[in-house]
Amino acid sequence: MAEIEFRRAIRDALDEELARDESVIFFGEDVAKAGGVFAVTPGLWEKYPDRVLDTPISELALAGAAFGSAVCGKRPVFEIMFGDFLPLTMDSLVNQSAKYWYISNEQASIPLVVRSAIGAGGRFGAIHSQTPISWFLGVPGLKIVCPATPADAKGLLKSAIRDPNPVLFLEHKRLYGLKGEVNGDLTPIGKGAVVREGDDITVVGAMKSVHDALAAAGKLVEHSVEAEVIDLRTLRPMDIDLVLESVAKTSRLVVVEEGPRTGGWAAEVVARVSEAALDQLDDIWRITTADAPIPYSPTLEDAFLPAPDVIVESILAHRRK
Amino acid sequence: MLGRTAVTRGSLSVADEVGLYLELYRRMVLIRQFEDLVNALFLQGQVHGTTHLCSGQEAVAVGVTSVLDPADRVAGTYRGHGHALALGLDPQRLLDELLGRETGICAGRAGSMNVVDLEHGLMGCFGIVGGSIAAATGAGLALRGTGNVAVAFFGDGATNQGYFFECLNFAKVMNLPVVYVCENNGYGEYTPFTAVTAGSIIARPLAMEIPSQTLDGNDLWVVRAAARQAVETARRGDGPSFIEALTYRFVGHSRSDPGKYRPEGELDRWRLKDPLAVGRRRLVEEHRVPESEVESIVEDVRTELDRVRQKGLAAPFPKPDASAREFKDG
Ligand SMILES: Cc1ncc(C[n+]2csc(CCOP(=O)(O)OP(=O)(O)O)c2C)c(N)n1
Ligand SMILES: [Mg+2]
Repeated sequence: MAEIEFRRAIRDALDEELARDESVIFFGEDVAKAGGVFAVTPGLWEKYPDRVLDTPISELALAGAAFGSAVCGKRPVFEIMFGDFLPLTMDSLVNQSAKYWYISNEQASIPLVVRSAIGAGGRFGAIHSQTPISWFLGVPGLKIVCPATPADAKGLLKSAIRDPNPVLFLEHKRLYGLKGEVNGDLTPIGKGAVVREGDDITVVGAMKSVHDALAAAGKLVEHSVEAEVIDLRTLRPMDIDLVLESVAKTSRLVVVEEGPRTGGWAAEVVARVSEAALDQLDDIWRITTADAPIPYSPTLEDAFLPAPDVIVESILAHRRK
Repeated sequence: MLGRTAVTRGSLSVADEVGLYLELYRRMVLIRQFEDLVNALFLQGQVHGTTHLCSGQEAVAVGVTSVLDPADRVAGTYRGHGHALALGLDPQRLLDELLGRETGICAGRAGSMNVVDLEHGLMGCFGIVGGSIAAATGAGLALRGTGNVAVAFFGDGATNQGYFFECLNFAKVMNLPVVYVCENNGYGEYTPFTAVTAGSIIARPLAMEIPSQTLDGNDLWVVRAAARQAVETARRGDGPSFIEALTYRFVGHSRSDPGKYRPEGELDRWRLKDPLAVGRRRLVEEHRVPESEVESIVEDVRTELDRVRQKGLAAPFPKPDASAREFKDG
């Protein structure tokens, strides 16, 4: 099977869904003619000129138009170039799309997808590097999907486009160039995956953190620690059963989140596992970024992020405790 | 080096018009050469992430800021090196910021897109398209009745943001002393503004009965005259004005932009209207400045920036532990 880049997997998912379903439309800033500022969507406009559209720089209009068109039978996918710009879409996403199914007494749901590039490590500074998950985690009715591999990027985006609900689909910028095998299967939304087996500790991550956790797990072998690594893949709804199964075996859980500590999804995992399995736990904690804006300077940004060495150190320190 | 007491601030303390325009020309040269330097350092991996250069648009920033007082406030954009330098930020401190050094104006925290320099009246360079419009509108609210004004710089693309419509209306009905300066360089990223903008830009403020003009943004003299009028209106308490300065960026939108969207010959046509060439012609032909004097400005700036580059590259990086404080004490 050929290996393809993460960005290509996303493009292929869009291509296949646009081909499969006439009601799918895709729009955003510089996504059509230019093929996207992260070169994710080249060639789609040429194939579907009526359904792949360049828009003005008007994020609230994008979200609002997606909502309204979804009520009227379209399956809109729109791109918000950087996750940091999502606050401009927030009213429509939160107050219109996420609530419509419920308050209309289920007359219609909103099958939209917002794609957005997120994450730090690229020296883009405080306003082009954030991970906006905690801003949306507390919004019932909005799914949050976070792929870590090309296969899941494709499989989850296809599932997201077919899903009858609004889905926030997050793409970590540092993963765009990652290569991997893609077989074209749908990845179910709401299901995590064990990506490395181990008996000593469960390490949960999402997106880039999964790769950092895997790198850390590799280094921990020298210290006689076999870590089990879980890729949550979806953060709302969250596959907490998978984490509980793993914790039943390892009795130790650390959650790695690239995002501010307070109110993050790692806190949610820790809370749910503690509620459900306190008696099985020997240790449980989080590794996150600080409650501070993301700095620009390389020395500051590198120290800010939970790199593999930070994860290794933290796990060893907890063992010594 | 340009300092805080530069001739452009205050109510034109330099009577000598030639001297004034030489200084303003020098600022444009500084900005152009600074951008060239940033580009070179970016390609060498010394400036990180991304960076948006304003080469070709210098006359807008320099012309508008040339009529401001030290207590006026300015909000710039992520394409903001020119805004900052025009206001008098020391190029050393700006370059050091872009290099991620401790000696940068924001100690390496901000980077190219987010520079703040309150000492020189720069409220910020706003990384969200349209954000500068809001910042200046708020400054206008604070400055009401003081005789000082706020200026927002923003691009053509920003005129399709909610910020634009909401803030202009807000400033007009509240009669705020704000000058809205649209740097219309023809494109938002890779998209011509005409493809994504209904009607004309200037029709929008005009619909709100905001005094507005469209002008040649590559001619410092023209920009300065219009800005003076708009700023005086605001200082008098007669509310906001709008300037659409037509200009062009000679470089890509940001890193990795080959500029494929430009029609054949467009860049060359605009190069003939290079604000530096226009300025030089005016200085030599209208103000009778010897060519050699203009040339020596270019050379002086080159020497200055060479020193700035060397010093910047030798400056220390910030130490991580000093950085992450969430709140100010108190
Ligand atoms: C809210 C928001 N949307 C999108 C972007 C990405 N972006 C950065 S610059 C830019 C183009 C802006 O064009 P314009 O306003 O004309 O200013 P210019 O860059 O031409 O100076 C875009 C879309 C952003 N920074 N903020
Ligand atoms: Mg523009």
